[in-house]
Amino acid sequence: MADLRPSRSRFCPRLTAAFLCVFLLVFLHCASASRDAVSGGNDTGIRPVRSTQEDPHDHHGNSTEHKKAFPVLAFNFEHVRKPFEISMWILLALLMKLGFHIIPRISHVVPESCLLIVVGLLVGGTIKAVEGTNAPVLDSKLFFLYLLPPIILDAGYFLPIRPFTENLGTILVFAVLGTLWNVFFIGGTMFAVCQIEGAGLGDVNLLSCLLFGSIISAVDPVAVLAVFEEIHINELLHILVFGESLLNDAVTVVLYHLFQEFSREGSVSVGDALLGVVCFFVVSLGGILVGFIYGILGAFTSRFTSHTRVIEPLFVFIYSYMAYLSAEVFHLSGIMSLIACGVIMRPYVEANISHKSYTTVKYFLKMWSSVSETLIFIFLGVSTVAGPHVWNWTFVVFTVFLCLVSRVLGVIGLTSIINKFRIVKLTKKDQFIVAYGGLRGAIAFSLGFLLTDSKMKHMFLTAIITVIFFTVFVQGMTIRPLVELLAVKRKKESKGSINEEIHTQFLDHLLTGIEDVCGHYGHHHWKDKLNRFNKKYVKKWLIAGERSTEPQLISFYNKMELKQAMMLVEGGSSAKLPTVMSSVSMQNIQPREPPRRRAMPNISKSREEEIRKILRANLQNTRQRLRSYSRHDLMIDPFEDNVSEVRLRKQRVEMGRRVTLMSFHLCLPEHQVFTYDDTESPRSAEMKPGSAAVQLLNESPQRSDQSDAEPNAKQDDQEEQLKLSRCLSDPGPNQDQLEQGSLVS
Amino acid sequence: MGALQSLPGQPEYIDLAEKTGFSLEQIGVLHKRFKQLSHNEETLRRDHFNEIPDLACNPIRAQIVEAFFDRRNFRQNGEGTVQEIGFEEFLVVMSHFRPPSLHMTEEQRENVRKEKLRFLFNMHDTDNDGTITLEEYRHVVEELLSRSGALGKETAKSIADAAMLEVASISMGHMEPDEFYEGITFEHFLKLLNEFEIESRMNIRFLNMDTTTLCK
Repeated sequence: MADLRPSRSRFCPRLTAAFLCVFLLVFLHCASASRDAVSGGNDTGIRPVRSTQEDPHDHHGNSTEHKKAFPVLAFNFEHVRKPFEISMWILLALLMKLGFHIIPRISHVVPESCLLIVVGLLVGGTIKAVEGTNAPVLDSKLFFLYLLPPIILDAGYFLPIRPFTENLGTILVFAVLGTLWNVFFIGGTMFAVCQIEGAGLGDVNLLSCLLFGSIISAVDPVAVLAVFEEIHINELLHILVFGESLLNDAVTVVLYHLFQEFSREGSVSVGDALLGVVCFFVVSLGGILVGFIYGILGAFTSRFTSHTRVIEPLFVFIYSYMAYLSAEVFHLSGIMSLIACGVIMRPYVEANISHKSYTTVKYFLKMWSSVSETLIFIFLGVSTVAGPHVWNWTFVVFTVFLCLVSRVLGVIGLTSIINKFRIVKLTKKDQFIVAYGGLRGAIAFSLGFLLTDSKMKHMFLTAIITVIFFTVFVQGMTIRPLVELLAVKRKKESKGSINEEIHTQFLDHLLTGIEDVCGHYGHHHWKDKLNRFNKKYVKKWLIAGERSTEPQLISFYNKMELKQAMMLVEGGSSAKLPTVMSSVSMQNIQPREPPRRRAMPNISKSREEEIRKILRANLQNTRQRLRSYSRHDLMIDPFEDNVSEVRLRKQRVEMGRRVTLMSFHLCLPEHQVFTYDDTESPRSAEMKPGSAAVQLLNESPQRSDQSDAEPNAKQDDQEEQLKLSRCLSDPGPNQDQLEQGSLVS
Repeated sequence: MGALQSLPGQPEYIDLAEKTGFSLEQIGVLHKRFKQLSHNEETLRRDHFNEIPDLACNPIRAQIVEAFFDRRNFRQNGEGTVQEIGFEEFLVVMSHFRPPSLHMTEEQRENVRKEKLRFLFNMHDTDNDGTITLEEYRHVVEELLSRSGALGKETAKSIADAAMLEVASISMGHMEPDEFYEGITFEHFLKLLNEFEIESRMNIRFLNMDTTTLCK
């Protein structure tokens, strides 16, 4: 196993690598043994490794002649063969992924996708060498129905909407016109190439070439994601290439089916071509419509899930998957349907579901898409070894060459048209990255695999695999140094600044206003209209309770506070406070007011330091208490009713804010936090003087009695910390009413 | 219909084009709009702006209208407000929203950025004293949330406070407990919105052709 050469400098990687080697061998034995068990029927051709047990035919019953002893240990692999194999493959994929990240040097140079393909090649090769039979190939049905949807859903659900909609025109032009250009250029030129004498390609007619072109032209979202994820280029370029790879699915689907039909017919008429154009619109718009419907359904369903929080994530997944499958039933574009569903569903679902469900959705999507991606690349490697290959130098070389050329020409040509309409033009560097980022991947392979068996199909497949390998290996490996060489703008680390959010919204309104003054209905005007429509009608239907009227700025602010609070507690006492690591406090920015606002005497600096130390220490204690509660509380968690969940969320937000503020030693009015619980009235804020300084030193928790909505503040800060621990580890039976304490000032 | 509307204004147009960077066609279109807004008078007043129906539902309408009458936006280093503006001032204010051209040096791009941020700063700093105080910032946030009813007021205050805290931390780093942060100066404002990429965001598309008959 060449790629698992252990590094010398560290002990751990060696061990892991050795373990992986051993595991790989065991895995191969299993895989081959299982194959034997299948192919040999009931024969006993099982490796000595496993034959230490009794007679393998025991599961057939006691119908044999001589009476055997009762089988203490039996072997029945057939029973679990399929799930066993699937699990082994997934485990292999995951261990590979693990291994790559432990061995640090390789993962900096070579993108993960390349390594995975290499592993696949090795596995496939080993299986073939050891067994002589073929390894499992990347079945198209498996790919399209099980492996691809999680990746697309992950992409669609977390699609950054703002850059996507701002560049939608550009993306569509690249996706539709760019792919069309690629198809016809490659198809046509390959046909011309096939006419060359001596290449042995005389039997490839124009329609087959066009079909081949339609398979090979589409930029693949999986490959793009895999490579671009690691290089962190700026948002604009990322969304351009990635958006293109998603939206060109409709074109690919239409053209593929079109040319397949025509190939079968053998001839094309003008009417057919026109129908093809109509088909394109039907496929894309239909796909979007299907996704839209399911998205609205999902959003609407999530409105009522406040009593069954546990199954909330499932709604998201099932509705999206149904959208994909429904679109596939009608041969509409499944990818666009999935994207539309995710995009539509997300803002409403996120407003409705609990925080835990949101985290669940996020992590499950990431997990599934990660596993899928790994499996796809490994299977690509394995399939390469497996399939019958027909290598034709002319065909393959020209294919690779033409793919590159057509991509570059297409991007340059289209950009010159697009730049006339863009406000912010695309520079030459941008164009280069867009062209270079046109990677082909497993979708092309699967489409090729679906073709009817013939010598031509094998030739096509070989060429497709070569192109995929070329783009993933050569382009994938060199794009990172190129990005650095060309000094392309990288993704800026956005820290969720409240100022930026304020100004984003301010700018939106400002630009809309200026457009109105100018008198033409531009981009901002329509966006503003859509937002207002959304706020007025749609949100009322799809979002439960009072959240439907919550302005975006407030939800953003709440989210940020929550995040800060979580970070603070999770990091323990040694946590770096987010961004604002300074001793600027509220009193620095409040204008000096008459003493009525600050009834407490000035604390000397040393005293402040003391107090701060005590606070920090308390947080640490809090943390330990957290650990001791965790197991117990997690078990209660799924069965807690909604009310405590709601209170928890509210408490957590308030707690979070308190903890944050305590450390910043702010003297802040109580916020209004949105809850789902309509019974609790919003609290009005009042500035309370910081007379709690003294009480800080008092550690004992003060539990107050349960009562709803007590607007008057009680000064107790200590219990907040304890409550914080309980809140975050999930709720115990305590239903402590949140207290309004004020803080040290 | 892209032809210039008023021939007598032609030499002025060239002057204006040089000053503001608009093309001649764009100036023509904007002039037509100016005339439409002002009912063919020579100057625009605030009530003319208030007649625009689409602007009525904009939460920061008042600030937008004020920006047009703010002398600091006329690029003449003036101060204070005026009661009415002519076409030239209208155009100058509009030119703040022109996109940066493709071939610009770094320095020019930086200047464009500063200009746009200066415009925003002026919009926030209503009392012309060169700093955005906490009160002014609170006002900004309140206006933004003004559509959400009564609950906006208190939350707006806290949001503005938190934002101000952020600015102070970014700009000042460390402050003694009894120091007082006066307000956001222009330098701090620049630093705050450093990552904001305003030169690519604060733009609108100015048409070269006339479509004003479609909307009021």
